[in-house]
Amino acid sequence: MKHLVFAAGFLSAATVAVAETPELTVYTYDSFVSDWGPGPQVEEAFEAVCDCDLNLVGIEDGAALLARMKLEGASSDADIVLGLDTNLIVAAKETGLFAEHGQSPKLDLPIEWNDPVFLPYDWGYFAFVHEADAEAPSNFKALAESDKKIVIQDPRSSTPGLGLMMWVKTAYGNEAPAIWEGLADNVVTVTKGWSEAYGLFLEGEADMVLSYTTSPAYHLIAEEDASKAAAAFDEGHYMQVEVAAKLAASDQPELADQFLAFMLSDTFQGIIPTTNWMYPAVTPEGGLPEGFETLVTPEKSLLLSPEEAASARDAALDEWLTGLSQ
Amino acid sequence: MADRAQPVSATSGNIVAAGVAAIIFGALLAVALRAETGRGLGASDWAALRFTILQAGLSALFSVALAIPVARALARRRFAGRRVLIAVLGAPFILPVIVAVLGLIMVFGRAGWLSQILGLAGLPPVQVYGLHGVVLAHVFFNLPLATRLILQGWQEIPGERFRLAAQLGADGWAMFRLIEWPMLRRVVPSILAVIFAICLTSFAVALTLGGGPRATTIELAIYQAFRFDFDLGRAAMLSAVQLGLTVIAGALALWLARGDGFGTGLDRVVRRWDGQAAMPRLLDGAVIALAAGFLLLPLLAMTLSGLPTLLSLPQQVFSAALTSVLVASISTVLLLAMALPMAAAIARGRGGMLELAGILGLAASPLVIGTGLFILIRPWSNPLAWALPVTALVNAITVLPFALRVLVPRARDVVARQGRLAVSLDMQGWPFLRHVLMPRLKAQIGFAAGLAAALSMGDLGVITLFADPDVATLPLQIYRLMGAYQMDSAAGAALLLLVLSFGAFWLLDRGGRAHAEA
Amino acid sequence: MLKLEDCIIRNGTFGLSAHLSVPARSRVAVIGPSGAGKSTLIEAIAGFLSVETGRITWNGTDITDIHPGARPLAMLFQDDNLFPHLSVAQNVGLGIHPNLRLTASERETVDGAIERVGLAGLGNRKPSELSGGQRSRAALARVLVQRCDLLLLDEPFAALGPALRAEMLDLVADLCDETGATLLMISHAPEDARRIADQAILVAEGQAQEPQDTAALLDNPPKVLREYLG
Repeated sequence: MKHLVFAAGFLSAATVAVAETPELTVYTYDSFVSDWGPGPQVEEAFEAVCDCDLNLVGIEDGAALLARMKLEGASSDADIVLGLDTNLIVAAKETGLFAEHGQSPKLDLPIEWNDPVFLPYDWGYFAFVHEADAEAPSNFKALAESDKKIVIQDPRSSTPGLGLMMWVKTAYGNEAPAIWEGLADNVVTVTKGWSEAYGLFLEGEADMVLSYTTSPAYHLIAEEDASKAAAAFDEGHYMQVEVAAKLAASDQPELADQFLAFMLSDTFQGIIPTTNWMYPAVTPEGGLPEGFETLVTPEKSLLLSPEEAASARDAALDEWLTGLSQ
Repeated sequence: MADRAQPVSATSGNIVAAGVAAIIFGALLAVALRAETGRGLGASDWAALRFTILQAGLSALFSVALAIPVARALARRRFAGRRVLIAVLGAPFILPVIVAVLGLIMVFGRAGWLSQILGLAGLPPVQVYGLHGVVLAHVFFNLPLATRLILQGWQEIPGERFRLAAQLGADGWAMFRLIEWPMLRRVVPSILAVIFAICLTSFAVALTLGGGPRATTIELAIYQAFRFDFDLGRAAMLSAVQLGLTVIAGALALWLARGDGFGTGLDRVVRRWDGQAAMPRLLDGAVIALAAGFLLLPLLAMTLSGLPTLLSLPQQVFSAALTSVLVASISTVLLLAMALPMAAAIARGRGGMLELAGILGLAASPLVIGTGLFILIRPWSNPLAWALPVTALVNAITVLPFALRVLVPRARDVVARQGRLAVSLDMQGWPFLRHVLMPRLKAQIGFAAGLAAALSMGDLGVITLFADPDVATLPLQIYRLMGAYQMDSAAGAALLLLVLSFGAFWLLDRGGRAHAEA
Repeated sequence: MLKLEDCIIRNGTFGLSAHLSVPARSRVAVIGPSGAGKSTLIEAIAGFLSVETGRITWNGTDITDIHPGARPLAMLFQDDNLFPHLSVAQNVGLGIHPNLRLTASERETVDGAIERVGLAGLGNRKPSELSGGQRSRAALARVLVQRCDLLLLDEPFAALGPALRAEMLDLVADLCDETGATLLMISHAPEDARRIADQAILVAEGQAQEPQDTAALLDNPPKVLREYLG
C-alpha cells in the first residue's frame, strides 16, 4: 500500500513537471516516428529550440492518419498533422478541422504551391525501380509491350499504389483503361503496402517495383550499393507532395506555428533526405546529400490539383480494377 | 428437469462468453454508430464476398484433407525426432503473415528455390500467383494447426480401442471405419470451421499471392471502406457479414460434429498394431516427408536470410522483442482465464452458444475491432495508454477459438468420465478445476498456452491503431525496418521473432509434446 | 433409516417406482433381472437421477433435492472409482477434503485407511500401477475416510475373480461393521448377496420392493427372478 501511495505521489509530481513545459502533439505516419525515420532527430532538434515537449504519435500511413482525424474530430489531442498528401487534401479540408498556416515560404518544388492550409515538407516522384544493369522501358506503353514483370501496390490500401493509379490517369486520361489492360500480364502481383512489394522485388520476384526515384539513393548512400536504378518515363512522373497543417482546435497555436516554421528550416529539411528518402521541400543551404545527384530527374512533373485528384479518384479506381482483373 | 448433476457450473463460462461477444459486437456497434451516411454494399463488395468464401472454403478443405493423412502417419509411426518434428511442424501457424509470405515466396516464388530447380531442367518458373497461390499460402499456415488438432483427436482415442480392434484383426480400412472415422467425424467439422473463419479475414496474404485485384477479400473491402472512402458504415456492414459467415460456419460445424465422445481409458500408452506392413509404412513415410518439406523449407529459407543480421540487430529491435514477450505473457494468462471456464462450461454439454461466442474472435476484422475499441476507450482515457493491454486482450480473444478446439474434446471426456465420481465426492467448482480438470488437461493447456503466446508474439493486429512510438512490438518494428528499406535487418528481426514465438510455443507445449509421445 | 416414499424415478423413457425403507446398519442387496432398474434405483438414492415424484429421507431428513456431493453417503461405481492422475493417497484424501488441503492428522487418517485395506506403502502409486484388486481396495480406503452413514455399491467388484470378489465383500462387511454404515449393493451373483447381505430388495417389472430376507428370496424366487437366475 505504501508503494502505491508513493507511486501516486511520484506520478502527480511528474504530471506537474510536464505541465510546466508546454507539449506539442504531432500526429504523423508510423515510418516518420520509427527509429530509422526522421522522428528522433526532428524531436531532438525542435525541443532544443522550442522549450517544449514534442510528442510525435505514429499512425500507420497518410490515409489512416486522416481516418484517425475524422474519428477524433475537434477533441483530438493533435496540434499538428504531418504526413497527408495531395490525394487526401480535399477530404482533409472537408473535415473543417484545419487552420490556415499564414506563412509564405519560398519552396523548391517543381510545381507551384499556394495552399493556405497545407504546407509541404517533402516531395518525390513515383518511379519503377529496377536492377541498374537491366534494360528498362521508357514509358508505360513500352512496359506493357515488354515482358518485364512488375510488382505494384493496391491503391485501396497503399499511398504509392494510389500514386501509380493517378500517374496513369494523369498521363493517359481516357486511355488509362487500355494502359491497365496492357499492363495486366506484366503485373506479378499487387501488395497491400510498399514494404511487401519492395521485399518481393528484392527477393527477385519481379524485374521492377513501384517506388520512388529517390529509392536508389538509399541503396547508394546507406548501403554503398549502386545496383538499383529508377526508370525514367518520358510521359513524365507523378509526384507525391507530403504536407502538414495545424489543427484549428489546437491549444498550442503559437507552438504549432513555430513547428511549421521549423519544418521548413534548414535543420528539419536537412534531416529529411537521408531519413525519409524524399526531396526536401526547401533545399538546405548545404545542398542535397552526395548521391542524390545520380538520381533520374524527370523531364515532366505530373500532379493533379487536390480538387482534380479527389474527383478523378473513384473513376480511376474502377478503371484500375477492371483493367487488372482481365 | 432431471439434469445429471455436474461438477462444474456454467456461470463463469457464460460470463466470459458474454464478455467476448460484448467486446466484439460493442466494437462493431461503436463503428457503425460513428458512421455517416455512406453507400451500401456495391457490386465490388459482393464480388469480394464471393472470392472470400471461395478461397476460405478451398483453404479449409485442402488444409484438413491434407492434414488427415499427415496426422494419421504421425499417429501410427514412432521414429527418432518425432517429437521435435511435431513441434516444428507447428511453426508456420505462429508466424507473422508478412514474414511467412516472404518465406513462402523464397521457396515457391518465380525466383524461388523450386523455380530455380525447374530452371536447371529447362522448365519455366512456378506460377504461384493466383487462387491456387492463396490456397497454398493458407494451407501452409493452417495445415500445422489442422494436423495438430487431428493428431490430438487420434491420441485421445483410448489405447484400449486399438487393442480391441487389433484383437479383432482389423487393419487398414476396417480400422479407419471402426475407430478413426468416428473420431474424424467428431473433430474435423470444427477444424474446418475454424480454418474457414481464419481465412475469412485474410487480406495481405490473399492479395499478395492472389496476384491482383481479383483476389479482393472482404477484409480488403473493409480496409478500402475505412481509408479510401472513409465510409465507417460500410466497414461495419462488411464486418457484420464476416461475423455472420463465421457464425453460420460455426453452427454448421457444431451440427455436423454432434455425437458422443470416446470416453477415455486408463492412462495407457497408445500402441498401434495396425499398418505395420511395408506398403503403409512407406506411404506414411512419404506423407511425413512431403509435409515436412512443404512446411519446413520456407522456414529454412527465412532462417538463412535472417541469420546474417541476427546478431547485429539494432538495440531497438531487442527492446521491441521484450515488449512483445510482455504482451505475449499477458495474452497467455488472459487466454487461459477465458478459455478454461468456457471449456468447462461447454464440456457440460449443450454449449453451442458458448462455442459460437468463442469462434467470433477469429472472424472479427482486426481493423474494425481496433477502431471500435479506440472509439469506446477515447471518451474516458487516452487510447495510447491502453495500447498494450488492448493488444493483449484482442490477441487472447483471437486465440480463444483455437484454445477451445484444443481443450473442449478432452474436457468433455473428463467431465463425462470422471464427473460423477467428483460429484459424489462433493468436488465442485474450483476443487474440480484444480484437482481434476486442470491436471487431466495439462497437455492441452500447455498446447493452448503455447499457441496463445506464440500467436500473440507474432501478431501485428490492433497495435498499429494504438501505436505509441515508445512501445513498439517486434512485428511492428519489423514493418518499420522494412518501411525504412532495411530488408536485411527486417529478415534478422523476423528470425528473432520466429525464434521467440517458437521458443515460447516449445516451452509451454512441452507437456503437449510429452502427451503426443505417450 | 433410509426411506423412499412413493418415488417415481425416470431415466430416459424408463420409469421405476419405489416405496421402501432400509433400516439403519443393515446390509441390503439389490437384485433383479438385467435392465430392471437396479442402477436407476441406486443412482436416484445417490442423487445422480432426480425423482419425479415422492421423496427420499435419511433418518427423517429429506434428502430428495440435496446435491449428490452433499448427501450422507459414499458410492462406488462399476469402474472409474479413482482419478488416474492422482496417487492412491490423494484419491483417498479426496474423501476427506475435495480440495485436498489436509491437516497432518487428516493425513494420518488417510495413511491409516490405506493400511487398513492392505495397501500399506502403496500410497504414492498411481492407479495404473495397481492391480484390479488393489484398485478396489484403494477405493474402499476412500469410502472408509468418508465416514458416511450409507454406502452404495454399483457392482464395483464385478471385474474381479470369485475369490478376490469374496475377499472384497468381506472387507466391505468388516468396514460397515466398524463404521456402523448401512450398505446397499447391487449384485448379480446370488452367492455375493448371501455372503454379506441378510436383506434384499427385488427390482423387477418397473418396481423396487421392500427389503426381504435374502435367503428366503433366493431359495424361493418369484418367476421373474427365477428366469434371471436360471
